[in-house]
Formats: sequence, C-alpha cells, structure tokens
Amino acid sequence: MDVLSHLHRQIADFTASLHREGFLDEQFTQLQKLRDESTPDFVNEVVSLFFEDCEKLVTNMARALESQTVDFKQVDSSVHQLKGSSSSIGATKIKNICIAFRTYCEAKNREGCVRCLQEVDHERVLLKNKLQTLFRLEQQFVTAGGSIPALQ
Amino acid sequence: MTAVGDVLRRGLAEDLGVPNGLEELHVLAVDDSLVDRKVIEQLLKISSCKVTAVESGTRALQYLGLDGEKSTAALNDLKINLIMTDYSMPGMSGYELLKKIKGSSAFREVPVVIMSSENILARINRCLEEGAEEFILKPVKLSDVKRLKDFIMRGEGEEKGKRRAPKRKLRDDVFTCDELTLESPTKFSAKRSTSLV
Repeated sequence: MDVLSHLHRQIADFTASLHREGFLDEQFTQLQKLRDESTPDFVNEVVSLFFEDCEKLVTNMARALESQTVDFKQVDSSVHQLKGSSSSIGATKIKNICIAFRTYCEAKNREGCVRCLQEVDHERVLLKNKLQTLFRLEQQFVTAGGSIPALQ
Repeated sequence: MTAVGDVLRRGLAEDLGVPNGLEELHVLAVDDSLVDRKVIEQLLKISSCKVTAVESGTRALQYLGLDGEKSTAALNDLKINLIMTDYSMPGMSGYELLKKIKGSSAFREVPVVIMSSENILARINRCLEEGAEEFILKPVKLSDVKRLKDFIMRGEGEEKGKRRAPKRKLRDDVFTCDELTLESPTKFSAKRSTSLV
C-alpha cells in the first residue's frame, strides 16, 4: 500500500474510532464536509476556537465555584455556552456532561457542579489530544500529496 | 408604492434589489458565540451566500441602520435577503431583535430565522407569532441552509410575481385577488418534529 493510501486508511480508522468511542458525533462529520480547497483548515480553526473558549469557561466556572456564595446563575450561563459550542463542533461527551451539569446548577448543588467541571476538564484534555492526532495525520496526508476533498 | 400600471410597463426585469437571483444572497448572521459564528459563516459561504456576521442584536441594528443613528450612505444600497439570529444572547435576545426588525419599514419584509439549541414550544410559538420565518434547532446543518436558500430564492421570484399580479376588480371577471396570488410558504412550523397547529 502506498503512503497516501496508508495514511488515508489510518485517518479513516482513527476518525471511526473517535465516533465509536463517543468523542465525536455527526456534527463533526458535517463540519468536515464544509471544507473546500480554499478553506482546508476550517475544522482545525473551529476546533481551536472551541478549545480556547472551553478553557476560558472552565477557568471562570472553577473560580465561581470556589466562592463563598456560589453564583449558580453565572455558572449555569457558562455551562449553557459550553453546551452550545460543544454541540456545534460535535464534541458529544463534553456536551452530555454539560446537560447533567445544568441540572446541578439548577439544584444549586456545588458538589455536583464541581464533579461535572472536573469531568468536563478531563474530557477536554482527552479530546484535544485525540484531535491533535487527527490533524497531524491529515497534515501528513496533505504533505504527502493528498487533497482535503479526498478526506471528506 | 408604484402604480400597478408602472410596474407592468417596466416588466419582470425590474430591479428590486436582487435581479432574479443572479446576485449572491446576502445573509446577516447574529450570534454571540464565536464558534457558532464561524460555523454559520462557513455554512453560508459554502452555499454561495455573502455573509455578514455580528456578535449581538445591538451590532445587528447598527449594521442595519435601525439604531437611531444617522444612516450612512451605504445603507441606501444595503440589501439583506435573510437574517439568521440566535435566540439566547446577552443584552438583546434574538426575539427582541426580531421584533425590532419586523417593526421597521426598511427591513420588515426580510425573512428572519431564529436559531436555538433549546426546543421550547412556547419560545418557538412566540417567535413565529412575531413573524419569524422559521425556528431552527442548533446545531445548524448544511441541509438547513440549503433549504433556507431555496426558500429565499423562490420567495424572491414569487414575491415579485405576487406584487405584479394585477388585482382585478371583482365585477370584471371570475378571478378574485386571492386566486391570483401565487402560493408561497408562509410561516414554517419548527423543524424536527415539534408539532404546531
């Protein structure tokens, strides 16, 4: 098998595993389909924006949950934002944690919230690593002469 | 409003802003989420639409010249074919923005679509009652944009047809105004199985 086919196969297998393991859903596939020759980095860019946003929100929520009197409305607002953006890129696990997270906010349950925040952060790190691997493989594919449309 | 006679004399090629769909559709997208703005921008660009994306209702009103400030020269040429706005935004909500747009003489005819991650029937009803064309559940898909684009393109053609259909006096012939008016989709029920009356 030549280099290109090998890489193509690796990318397909790896992507399939990310879906199978619940890291990504159909929305991520949708985003990949939006790439074209002039915007090959679209997914990478959106994903970067997501992680920047995610890290900021996690920091804010951690601070809010450390307060003497927790402003659960503020925490909930951050969770809502995170739920939205994770849904927009297809980050299933993070999105699902946010759903549970919101019920803890509504119940003003600090412990529950802290637990969810830890889970979110854990998944954030995992997903970031997985996607970096994916993007690295795609970059290798392109460097070896492959084109983005071939990956759709 | 020009007289029907004038309109008929000029013929169907009259430029009312979008000459028979040959120009790109111009969409104004409003969303406080940077991630969502980037996604909607790409969805629209891939669908050959021109996009202006802003982060708030206030910005949207500024762009449209509806914020009470003196309108700029550019506004006289501003053609917006569709406005897509998120519902939940800090400050002005998408619903409030919708009301302001529908309350303006300049842009009340522009279709406004509300996007939301929450499938709340009361919210959907409220928006549709206020004149929203459609309520779309996030995440927005390419098929949503394609459907909207088709609707707008058809609507632009049909709207012209509608305006040009001469309203005949009832005593002159068998046709009433209603029968002459081309059917066009009115308010869509919310997508994804939320059933409305």
